[in-house]
Order: sequence, then C-alpha cells, then structure tokens
Amino acid sequence: MEKKIRILIAKPGLDGHDRGAKVIARALRDAGMEVIYTGLRQTPEMIASAALQEDVDAVGLSILSGAHMTLVPRVLKLLKDNGQDSVWVFVGGIIPEKDGKALSKIGVRAVYGPGTSTTRVVEDVRAAAAE
Amino acid sequence: MTDLANKVLKGDRLALSRLITHIENDFQDHHTILDQLFPHTGKAHIIGVTGPSGSGKSTLVNRLALNMVGGKNRKSSHKIGIIAVDPTSPFSGGALLGDRVRMRDLTGNPDIFIRSMASRGALGGIARAVDNTALVMDAAGFEIILIETVGAGQSEVEIARLAHTTIVVEAPGLGDDIQAAKAGILEIADVLVVNKSDKAAADGTAQTLKAMLAAGEELRAQSDDNLHTNWQVPVIKTSALNGDGIDDLAAVVNAHRTFLQEGGEWKIRSTARLRALLECLVRDSLYDAWNVPANQVKMQKILWLVANHTCSPFQSVRDLLK
Repeated sequence: MEKKIRILIAKPGLDGHDRGAKVIARALRDAGMEVIYTGLRQTPEMIASAALQEDVDAVGLSILSGAHMTLVPRVLKLLKDNGQDSVWVFVGGIIPEKDGKALSKIGVRAVYGPGTSTTRVVEDVRAAAAE
Repeated sequence: MTDLANKVLKGDRLALSRLITHIENDFQDHHTILDQLFPHTGKAHIIGVTGPSGSGKSTLVNRLALNMVGGKNRKSSHKIGIIAVDPTSPFSGGALLGDRVRMRDLTGNPDIFIRSMASRGALGGIARAVDNTALVMDAAGFEIILIETVGAGQSEVEIARLAHTTIVVEAPGLGDDIQAAKAGILEIADVLVVNKSDKAAADGTAQTLKAMLAAGEELRAQSDDNLHTNWQVPVIKTSALNGDGIDDLAAVVNAHRTFLQEGGEWKIRSTARLRALLECLVRDSLYDAWNVPANQVKMQKILWLVANHTCSPFQSVRDLLK
C-alpha cells in the first residue's frame, strides 16, 4: 500500500476565525491526503501532542491573531523535543513580511498570506513529501 | 527483540505512533514486531462505539474517556487508547479526520492516546488497521481501548467482532432511522445509549428501544443464542453536552466487563475474534504465496478463455491451483 501523506491542520491561539483552516483542510483532503483537523483554540502543547499521536508528516498552523511570533517557535520547539524535527511546519494567516522571514529562519517551511491559492499549498506539501 | 517493539513496551509514544503508521501502510516488517508484542496483549478491555452520523459518538467518547481516566474526584485511573475512524473519500482517497474537534478535553492528557484513522475503503465501519492497532495499544499498556466507528447505519457491524463491549449510540429525532436500524446495528449492542437526552423527544426514543429489546428477549428465550446469554441490554440516556448519564454509562460498561469475565464469555469472545483473524491471515498468506509473476501470466492466459466463455471461472481456478 502506498504511503499516505498525513497532515495536521491546527489553529493555535485565541482568534475564532477558522474558515481559512477549513478551506486548506478540504483542499488537502481533495488532493488525496489524510487531514487531521483539531478545531479552534489549541495550545502549542495540544498541537504537539496531537502531531505525535497522529504521526503526521506535516503541521499547518493558521494564525490570524498576530501572536505568531510567540506561538510558532513554541510549536517548533515542542515538536523537536518530541523527536519530530523532521515534520514540515507551514503557517498561514496575516503574517508581516519581516516576521515571515524570521519564521523561515527558525525552520518554518512556508508562510502563506491572504490570497494564496490552495493549489500552491498542495504542491508544496507534495514536494516536501517527495524529498 | 527489535528496537521499536522494545520502545512500544516501555511506553514510548512516538514509537507507538510510528508502529501504527507501519500497520496502516502495511509495511513488511510490522509482522515481526507484532510477533514480539503479541505475548504482551490480551489484557485490554476493547469497547466499540458505533451509531449513525450526528448521534454524538465523538462527544460521548470524550465524556466517557474523561470519566474513565479518573478525572476530577475519581479514585481509579486507567490508561485509555482511542481509535477514531472517519471515512476516506472514494473519489480523492483523502480523508478529513475531525473527531479530535470533539475530543479537545482529552488532548494533552498523559493517560490518553488518540489516533485518528481513515477507513481507506474498508466497508464494515472500521479500517483494516484497527485490529492490529488495538493489539499494539494493548501491548503498550492501555487498559481500555475505545474504538469509534464511522457513522454507521445497518451493515457496519464489524465492530462487534472486534470489541468485548459494543455501545450503540442513538439520538432522538432520527425518527424512521430507528425503525430502519432495528434490523441492523441495534442487534450488536451490548449497551444502548440514547444520547442528547437534553432533548424532549429522548424519552420516547428510549421507550421505543426498550420495547424493541423486550420483543427480542422473548424470541431469544426460545432459541439457543449464546452470544447475549443472560445479559440484559441496558438502555442508558446520556447528554454528552452537559454530562448527564455518563456515570451510569461508565458503570454499565464496567458491569459488562465483569459479566463477561465471570461468565467465561470474555474468553469465548476473544477466541472467536482470534479465529476470525487467523482465517483472514491464512487467506491473505495463501493468496500472497500464489501471487507470483509466473502465476499472474498463467491467469492472464486463462482469462482469455473465460472472457470468451469457453472455460468457466470455476474450472479456471481449479487449473490455476493445480
């Protein structure tokens, strides 16, 4: 049986807008991936724990609250502590360019702003899986 | 013993998680690892939770697991493994696994391990990998394993083969679905739950189910069906929303376990399950042994004869297996 790509889509922090996360989850599902969706208001600890139990290849974080510079490094650290440093992390939301660069430096694979096509996200995840 | 098996036995969560992925993807080496883990299994109480989509299975599992894990003010504490199955899209092969949304109270609890699983085309309401995943969770020391099936209607009864205790969750207001379900999944219930008891119609639904069970009891009394011997299927009203009835449900599930163990049926059910597993493995191995390129070529040749209706499929198989 072929290896399926498993991916966690999570919304850390306190903002209540999950439309973007749901659209991405759906697009990845339609691309043949297994998408674990965790719902709103997840702490970095909850996200890392879910990523571990689900043995995912990738984690997508959707953040609109502006708290990305606090939340994302925390998720990355916890993944690493759990021995999952090979998991690709990408972030979607309202992320200023300078923050995006800083996040890339600490290991985030991609940062997607408003208007990103779902096709691009799917292609990026596939490319990462093929590595 | 392999490294992975060792780690799983020692409670390493990442190792357990990886092994489940190997099982799902049917990696060759996973049988050797299961060989080593099998002697450490047979202790867990496997509980199936099934019922129609939207009856509140995930929310109920969330409540039940919290109760059993010995949340606030509870003495006994158990380690609980949860396998939550959602359907794979027949078109894309992908799946949106959303049971964790309702189980957010359990995420991060050190005594609970949740694995979401896509059905990957299996038709019985669970995934092919569920059997072996339950096995490795058992070996990893989880005393209770809760398996939530996909939204089930009439024919998704596979869970009863796997579980010691099967909970069928119904909800009020599904109306004719109750009628329809009578011939299906209600028959496999060891415990019947009417969820959403905060709704007015719940009492009526519970009455209907009780009447249906009573009729079944009378018929069974005249036959020698030994599957449900002496166990009266209870109907429990719960509200997964506000927590009503969850204590009762946990108590009944526990009572069913005691009933199985004391009456000897625990062993009977476990053995029946293993027999089914053995038969399935024999079938798969025989096919795998036959499925070599030379035989594929033979089959291709014979297929022409069958396609032209000059040789029957039955004669062909006899020839192929000569």
